[in-house]
Amino acid sequence: MTDRIEQRINSLNKRLNSEKRFRIYCIGAMSFALAWVLILFLNIFSSGYSAFYRTVIQVDVPFLNLIEDTTQFSEMSSEDINNLSMYSFSKKAIYRLFPDIEEKKDKKMLIRLFSIEFEQEIREFLKSNKSNINETETIYLTASDDVDQVNKGNYPRDLDEDKRRIKDIQLLFFDDLVDRGLVSYEFNLPFLMRGDSREPELAGVGGSIVGSLFTILVVLILSFPIGIFAAIYLEEFAPKNKVTDFIEININNLAAVPSIVFGLLGLGIILNTFGLPRSTPLVGGIVLSLMTLPTIIIATRASLRAVPPSIREGALAVGATKMQAVMHHVVPVAMPGALTGTIIGLAQALGETAPLLLIGMVAFVVDVPQTPLDASASLPVQVYLWSESAERGYVEKTSATIMMLLGFLILMNLAAVLIRRKFETKW
Amino acid sequence: MKSIKIKADNLNVYYGEKQALFDVSMYMEEKQVTALIGPSGCGKSTFIRCLNRMNDVIDICKVQGKIEIDGNNIYAPSMQVEQLRERVGMVFQKPNPFPKSIFENVAYGPRIHGIAENKSDLEEIVVNSLKKAALFDEVKDRLNDAGTGLSGGQQQRLCIARAISVNPDIILMDEPCSALDPIATARIEELMGELKTEYTIIIVTHSMQQAARVSSRTGFFHLGKLVEVDKTETIFSNPSDQRTQDYITGRFG
Repeated sequence: MTDRIEQRINSLNKRLNSEKRFRIYCIGAMSFALAWVLILFLNIFSSGYSAFYRTVIQVDVPFLNLIEDTTQFSEMSSEDINNLSMYSFSKKAIYRLFPDIEEKKDKKMLIRLFSIEFEQEIREFLKSNKSNINETETIYLTASDDVDQVNKGNYPRDLDEDKRRIKDIQLLFFDDLVDRGLVSYEFNLPFLMRGDSREPELAGVGGSIVGSLFTILVVLILSFPIGIFAAIYLEEFAPKNKVTDFIEININNLAAVPSIVFGLLGLGIILNTFGLPRSTPLVGGIVLSLMTLPTIIIATRASLRAVPPSIREGALAVGATKMQAVMHHVVPVAMPGALTGTIIGLAQALGETAPLLLIGMVAFVVDVPQTPLDASASLPVQVYLWSESAERGYVEKTSATIMMLLGFLILMNLAAVLIRRKFETKW
Repeated sequence: MKSIKIKADNLNVYYGEKQALFDVSMYMEEKQVTALIGPSGCGKSTFIRCLNRMNDVIDICKVQGKIEIDGNNIYAPSMQVEQLRERVGMVFQKPNPFPKSIFENVAYGPRIHGIAENKSDLEEIVVNSLKKAALFDEVKDRLNDAGTGLSGGQQQRLCIARAISVNPDIILMDEPCSALDPIATARIEELMGELKTEYTIIIVTHSMQQAARVSSRTGFFHLGKLVEVDKTETIFSNPSDQRTQDYITGRFG
């Protein structure tokens, strides 16, 4: 008798121990996954956050040297200001930082502390403040990428001079400027507003953000109605036979097709046969719609299937037509699920790179697109482009772009969760 | 002898290869309660779902034979099924209110059929239907609350209100009390007694006591065949078939 009890206790202990082990495996697996996510986020954040501020250098610009009376600027149109020859004037304004420099070579080095667009920046300042320009104005000019990186501490100053892009004399200038309190940081608004550039300090994600938004808009407009209607037809109206089975299998297959294949399809048919404009969010959106459709159809069908048949019967029994039963009662109940599927599909499309490379959205585009018919980059492609660039400034910009992309993805997934929660708790 | 409302004539129903009903012929009297009893899978639900052609929804279901309501064959090609269902309402085994407000649940039928001329008409129909279903007093202060938030018995009465909102002649009830507790069941039975003054009611039930309490005629189904149909007292006191005798005395089923 006692033997039997002992046996039971032993076997129970064994079972409890194996349960404990199982729990440890599970927690281990979860921690492992979580650790990688954390490492990923930390890595991206630590190398990317510095792209959100930039180094500017304070320069006093003597506008009186450009014109006899600075009040005259207020009477000039923007075009007049554009026609002013300001290049040597701007350079001279910068030379005033170090009036003792005589040698041409050193002067050139000094100019290179600044972004290549210093003349343009002074001109823009003039344009936007033309009504009250004083004899001398203090302007914050964008520092060149090298200076920016040195200032942020991302650049190894102790390398040999011939291995550095920034030269010893430039470092001397820079340190002196720092001592004089002329070097400062400001929020990097141009990074968020501008398009791509060959100069890292001038390159921004504005163009690719707008491009991505246009692309997603096209995807939404195309794939949401098509996906929902296809799903409703297949789930509610289509007869169950071999043809619909075949369609169903192929929709599932479509969801598993590698995305680059859709890019080839877009290149072959949408660009070459239909002749739509290359590199545009419109074409990108069409291609990504093909990819998103199966996701939306599958998610919508699943949520339609989850609506209890008794609701359909209730509607039919009071004399509703099939379409009324579906549209009035089944679809509203299934809508949160369909929307969730759509948003997840859109999030996938937002992060998709390969098909966009093939339809030319990998082009170097400086302008921020105004319509879906303008050539444009997109966020993931921008990451791809910058990750291959040599300049140090692009390293932080790549990470910062990934941060933006992840931010958008998190926002979209959050929206999916909120929509589901809001509509599910309603009744 | 009451006038005959529904007449089924040699009805055969198949689900694919499987035959579910064999040569069922019976009639149902106007403004009376007719009960259909029998063990599970005997075809009584299939039969009642033929009366408003709910079986049309099932692809593989095939109906042969004839069902006449007021002398018109409802399986005639000229019969429109939506119109038929407006005249033949149905209440299901499990309460299935729409996931909408109480008001919308009842207003839906009149709205799609265009019965109400205007908003106050519609409100009147809703209130009357709820009153007839003996639910109005319990929900009059919360017509905009979710119909799915009511108790089971209330939900079933809401479904009855929904069925009578389009002013049918006939109400089919497919085991309406099987998901309810005895008190809710008693209320529904009481309600049936009131409703039969206006409507012809066909009820499928597993409870023989319920059939005995509410119906004037009872049909007994077994293995897809209508074994016997007669006055309820006759069925329960003096059945002519041995199988009926065995079933009502609890020897099988």
